[in-house]
Amino acid sequence: MPESNVTNILVVGIGGQGVMTATEILAEAAIALGHDVKKTEVAGMAQRGGVVSSHLRFGPKVLSPQIMPGTADLLVAFEAAEGLRWCHYLKPGGLVLMNTAQIVPPVVDLGLYDYPPDPIAEIRAKGYRIHAFDAMKIALELGDVRLGNTVMLGAMADHLPFPADVLLEAIVKRFRARKPQMVELNQKAFEAGRTAEKAAAHAKETETA
Amino acid sequence: MPASNPSRLFLSGNEAVARAVWESGCKVAAAYPGTPSTEMLEVISTYPEIYSEWSVNEKVALEVAIGAAFAGSRAFCAMKHVGMNVASDALMTLTLTGVIGGLVIAIADDVGLSSSQNEQDSRFWGRFAHLPVFEPADSQEAYEMTKLAFDFSEQHQVPVILRMTTRINHVKGLVSVGTRAEHPNLGGFKKDPARWVMTPAGAGRRIPLMFERDVALAAAAEVSPLNSVESGRDRRVGFVASGPTYMHVKESFPDAPVLKLGFSCPVPVEKIRTFAATVDKLIVVEEVEPLVEKELKAAGIACHGKDLLPKQGELAPNVLRPAIAKLLGEPAPEHLAPPAPVFPRPPTMCVACPHLGVYYTLSQIKNITISGDIGCYTLGAGHPWNALDTTISMGASMGIALGLDKGRGEADKDKRILAVIGDSTFLHMGMQGLLDIVYNRGNVTVLLLDNRAVGMTGGQPDPGSGRDIHGEPAPRVDFAKLVEALGVKKERIHVVDPYQLPVLFKAIREEIKIPEVSVIITDQPCVLIDDYKKQKPYEVLDAKCTGCGNCIEVGCPAIHVVRREKAIKPSGKEVELQFVRIETSVCTGCGLCVQPCAPDAIVPADPSKPIRLVKH
Ligand code: SF4
Ligand code: SF4
Repeated sequence: MPESNVTNILVVGIGGQGVMTATEILAEAAIALGHDVKKTEVAGMAQRGGVVSSHLRFGPKVLSPQIMPGTADLLVAFEAAEGLRWCHYLKPGGLVLMNTAQIVPPVVDLGLYDYPPDPIAEIRAKGYRIHAFDAMKIALELGDVRLGNTVMLGAMADHLPFPADVLLEAIVKRFRARKPQMVELNQKAFEAGRTAEKAAAHAKETETA
Repeated sequence: MPASNPSRLFLSGNEAVARAVWESGCKVAAAYPGTPSTEMLEVISTYPEIYSEWSVNEKVALEVAIGAAFAGSRAFCAMKHVGMNVASDALMTLTLTGVIGGLVIAIADDVGLSSSQNEQDSRFWGRFAHLPVFEPADSQEAYEMTKLAFDFSEQHQVPVILRMTTRINHVKGLVSVGTRAEHPNLGGFKKDPARWVMTPAGAGRRIPLMFERDVALAAAAEVSPLNSVESGRDRRVGFVASGPTYMHVKESFPDAPVLKLGFSCPVPVEKIRTFAATVDKLIVVEEVEPLVEKELKAAGIACHGKDLLPKQGELAPNVLRPAIAKLLGEPAPEHLAPPAPVFPRPPTMCVACPHLGVYYTLSQIKNITISGDIGCYTLGAGHPWNALDTTISMGASMGIALGLDKGRGEADKDKRILAVIGDSTFLHMGMQGLLDIVYNRGNVTVLLLDNRAVGMTGGQPDPGSGRDIHGEPAPRVDFAKLVEALGVKKERIHVVDPYQLPVLFKAIREEIKIPEVSVIITDQPCVLIDDYKKQKPYEVLDAKCTGCGNCIEVGCPAIHVVRREKAIKPSGKEVELQFVRIETSVCTGCGLCVQPCAPDAIVPADPSKPIRLVKH
């Protein structure tokens, strides 16, 4: 029933992490390729530390902006527990790309709830594939925590139905227009994310082999 | 690689409306910020050809737009659904006068409650006020319908309501846009008291004209290209859908016939009757209320609707498909993996928010009842403060506090009544409530939390900011003088720094004892606006932290528990110790958490050490 030629990508995280910007750049890449694109998120109170989920759908023609549970091609989680919260949106056997950094909300600090002890294992137990690495650490090593979303875009680069260069070009274009001094650093962050994701994928394979 | 066409832009519904308002030659636009409508005016304010403003409330915003339309210019006003409750007083008379220049009123219904105190269906305003309602289904339509709405408004001399929902306002899609065309002023304001002065006699003469207009509008809806039939091969069910539900229906049932309502009020009953005859079963898919469904049933057209579909929330494919499968006697779509149980992540106040200290203080005071208000203040109802007892609507904390005072029974005899309100909400609707408390000699302590912005929607300016919509300097209201002018005694007005906990605590403790109205104004900017100045961060000295957890009670999201331990007190009671750290990368050094820390374990962060980030 759903148009099978539509690609569904769900990007999730916490307000302030750049989830919406990352999805916007992804959308720009899809637009550059001539796709019809729709993007939506629930962001009303996102600035107040709430959950942000950004839905991106592209293909020849997109109707509903929302990805239905069980149909996402790719889930990109900017935070570990958020990966677990949203993984049921993936189609069976779908892939999660995860930043392993954990952002603990006040309700957990107050002892009202527990942070899931091992989100990665839980996601695997549900039958999804997962490539996880610490994007926050990579961003910090490059000198700016705000590079985290570009690192995550780099991780996505080889899992999209178009070449990685198209995505990198969308990033470069955006920064050239807004913050030209940040272009080079973002290119580095993109490559670092790409490399880290490959290593995570490889580690996973050797572990299961 | 084909380059994307420059006249196709990737716009949210709000951005698309703003673009269309500009292209339509609109002259005046006004709004009060409110999710999910805020971005319409934010974008419009970037067009120099349009006078734009943040008004103090939606009623004033609508009045400004009405005035401009009376003067023959095109005008626009935007609000969220609850805003129309405020503006409706003007609306219900506007419908009698009508307009000269085109007037479009965009109302954003927060279907799904992303950040609102209720879920309401603004199409009812169309019916209540006898006004046409247009309902776009995506950004392209939001753009096109806004342009059509200006033309239609002038043609019928009637304001047009553009009903949007969160999934239109905040969805981005590709929009083919045009260019701005200057629209001439339609001859200036023409004196015509019989039309513009709605005395009872004047209004009485205009009502029959409104009924005449109803007939014309109904005829227009029947033939409008905005209401179109799309045939489909599978005629077992046919759908009537409007707004985002149209896209969801097309996605879920690509082969079914659909009558798409873009001009949904008045309901084009005959067009739907004809369509209904071509399908086995008719299903009306409408988000929130069964408004069209009831009209169809009243007209004798058999249909399904809310018997199958929820009356609350969005009608996305995951809701539609199982509901319709049931009707068709088909098995429900395959069972999907259930969501994992993960802790909730409710919105929290920002790190170093000036309200943290206020709610922390309130949570320490016993025997009080606190009426709360809309905005970031509502977050005070959450953990760890649990400091609000009521929240109804914007500005309502004032009147409700007075009611709690006057209506108190024996059980509440000794309770102190407090009302909390923000600067923007106070100017929006709170002033009159305070005046009422003063006038009627209420015993209420009012906390007016002035953070110089509309915080919840992203820090937009208000008359307390000293800035206008463009960020330009503007006169700044003096709250102490204002409340004094409303009749609060000078000695009962205190301006305090909300980061000085002992001062704040003392002011509240003293004022609640005095059996008359007091106003305590806190005066520190919202951390989201430029006026907020960060200071050097703090850190926790592990060796000194006793695990008392006092600092956690402040509720700053930069404070995290690293370790919990059970300990036995000398009294034999078991307590849980919570050892903390501060996320130095986000701490702004506001100093709030330092104050309840008895062993002085929180100290300025050592700049030689690398900053700590989240747990890895
Ligand atoms: S937006 Fe401003 S007022 Fe609202 S929680 Fe954040 S700092 Fe406080
Ligand atoms: S000083 Fe304390 S309360 Fe203030 S921002 Fe830093 S951690 Fe939060």
